Amino acid sequence: MKKFDKDRLILALGGPALAIVVAVALTSVVLIASGRSPVEPYALMAEYAAHSDIQVLIVNQAATYYLAALAVAIGFRMNLFNIGVDGQYRLAAMVAALVGASVTLPGPLHILLILVVAMLVGAFWAGIAGILKTTRGVSEVVSTIMLNSIATSVVAYLILPAQFGEQRGNNLTTGEIPESGWFPGIELGAAGEIYGFVVVAALCGVLYWLVLNRTRFGFDLRATGAGESAAIASGVDAKRMVLTSMLISGAVAGLAGMPILLGDAHTYSLDFPAGLGFTGITIALLGRNHPVGIALGALLIAFLDKASATLDYNGYEKEIAMIMQGMIVMAVVISYEAVRRYGLRRQQQKVGEELAAAAAATDGTGPENRKEVSA
Amino acid sequence: MSFPDIYARYDAAEASANGGASSEGKSLLRRVSKLVAAVGTAAALALSATACGSTSTESSSSSSGSSKEGKGIALAYDVGGRGDQSFNDAAYAGFEKARKDFGIGGEDVEPSDGESDADKVQRLTDLARQGYNPVIGVGFAYAPAVKEAAEKFPKTTFGLIDDETVKGENIANLVFSEEQGSYLAGVAAAKATKSKVVGFVGGVEVPLIKKFEAGFVQGVKDTDPSVKVRTQYLTQPPDMGGFSKPDLGKEAARGQLDSDADVLYHAAGLAGQGVIEAVAAKDKWVIGVDSDQYKQKTLDKYKDSILTSMTKDVSGAVYNLVKSVHEGEPKTGVVRFDLKTDGVGLSDSNPAFAEMTEIQDAVKKAREGIVNGDIKVKTTP
Repeated sequence: MKKFDKDRLILALGGPALAIVVAVALTSVVLIASGRSPVEPYALMAEYAAHSDIQVLIVNQAATYYLAALAVAIGFRMNLFNIGVDGQYRLAAMVAALVGASVTLPGPLHILLILVVAMLVGAFWAGIAGILKTTRGVSEVVSTIMLNSIATSVVAYLILPAQFGEQRGNNLTTGEIPESGWFPGIELGAAGEIYGFVVVAALCGVLYWLVLNRTRFGFDLRATGAGESAAIASGVDAKRMVLTSMLISGAVAGLAGMPILLGDAHTYSLDFPAGLGFTGITIALLGRNHPVGIALGALLIAFLDKASATLDYNGYEKEIAMIMQGMIVMAVVISYEAVRRYGLRRQQQKVGEELAAAAAATDGTGPENRKEVSA
Repeated sequence: MSFPDIYARYDAAEASANGGASSEGKSLLRRVSKLVAAVGTAAALALSATACGSTSTESSSSSSGSSKEGKGIALAYDVGGRGDQSFNDAAYAGFEKARKDFGIGGEDVEPSDGESDADKVQRLTDLARQGYNPVIGVGFAYAPAVKEAAEKFPKTTFGLIDDETVKGENIANLVFSEEQGSYLAGVAAAKATKSKVVGFVGGVEVPLIKKFEAGFVQGVKDTDPSVKVRTQYLTQPPDMGGFSKPDLGKEAARGQLDSDADVLYHAAGLAGQGVIEAVAAKDKWVIGVDSDQYKQKTLDKYKDSILTSMTKDVSGAVYNLVKSVHEGEPKTGVVRFDLKTDGVGLSDSNPAFAEMTEIQDAVKKAREGIVNGDIKVKTTP
């Protein structure tokens, strides 16, 4: 039985491809409606993105998005909607920055310590939602949204000069992480520097695939996600699975702030990027929770983010790219459903044909058999 | 659910789980190595593409060919951007005025959500490369970016509003003494209150807004220690909604009015409109911020309740920087706007306020005290 068939591939690629085509088409409609060229913005963006320094920005941003999206995807595979990635990575980055700034260790150890702290904090914050769900049945959608707000307040409190923060001009920071805690990047001269963390992000993707598809745990996780009662019936401890996957999701979320923290900012300040977790949700959806799909999704969204900057200088609004991102999200949901239904219909057709064929065969051979028997 | 449906669902889940990969486990190693190879190829492709392409800075000189001079002013906003009826809009007003007066071009650019310093550097670099001069970063978040971009373009003047931690030969730090103007607002509030309770509504709880609070509270207490100050912030960073959501301001103002406050001072940008609206509905006093809000058209309905405004001349700061560049003598270093230079102040465009002689005298005295150094105003509460 060959499972890697053409149908599968069409179904897997059809959704995202359809979504992007629809999104581009709809954005063009918006452009035409506002009396603009429906093509030029794309050309401008493509041209701008051909510059190496912009590509560096895109790759760096994509690494950050990738980790956030992986965190979301782990939850999705388990049928858990971890909206709290945003709060988890911000709190994790903040605490990790604090710890990183207050110790001096030899290079690799220093980085390792920061990463471990970030993962622990992220896991802890997500774990609260996990425990609430397993013990009290609180929906993780509600609890993680609330935990986002609480994380905002906790960070705002911890970063006050009276607690652990430092005031610099009108900004608050956690103090600079000494150079031993900087993650070495890939220097590309005038084009800039690619975060070394891009590699870590890619490794996380490989690990994600391995754990989900090649371990007992991954199977349990997917089984619980696909049908909880069936999984319980076959001996999976669903509650433990919920908690564990929340913890892992949170730990990965904790890493999402690390490319920027260790590769560029080296401190957590008031203007540390926010909202990565929500972009992560978009990307996880777009990439269908598949590590390669997510990578492509992350690159696409990062491309839209960065390349759209040029629109402002050429008489267009860069919000066009935001419209497109919004359209992609909508189109993704619709097109996946469309593709799913198409697949369903094809399958029904096939099953129907097979059944008909089988029935025909039975009809054809039936009488002969009887004859044989009678003979 | 019919049987084929379940089957299809399970199948779809499987398909998305391993992207069509075999679950019969042909060879684990082969799969892994394939994946690694795919990731590796992608990374290599990205890297090689990166290495091949020229940077935007290099290629621009050939493609645009614009002269380095006379392209005009560039404004780069922080999160919030234009339309906040406050800080960013004031910068824009100065930008527009300068453009008109000097007949030069200009570009103003907004940030995107969740961007990092690298994006800000890119924005400033893009603007400087295109030949804009001066390039002004609105808000302290631009500090690291201005430092980096200023080193790359030594002939371009960079303006940086609200930050003096980053220095450079071609950087002009435009900073304000908001606490001094707020002190005067505190004096006026303490004199105007009848209930002996006044309120402060801050937009987002950041050090910048705390300067407003510190000055205001000190002004109130120095004038009349028996007056109580109720302080409230609308949001905490990175949630900047406290500068942009009038409903939050309205809610907070109502709460303070209910607890007897009868003079409210807001430092909340657009959200402050909600404060003004709530106060006007109760016929109490409100003190505006940044620009003279008594004169703002959008607030015309409520202007009789606007006692005065603590003005912060961001517009003038931008205008003067552009002027200095235009005249060939660009300002650099820290340029402070305080009471002495009228960079901050208290407006008296409301005739009712102008006629309150007792308050006017007290404000005038406090102003003199601050200018000649007798009164030191704290910058943190």
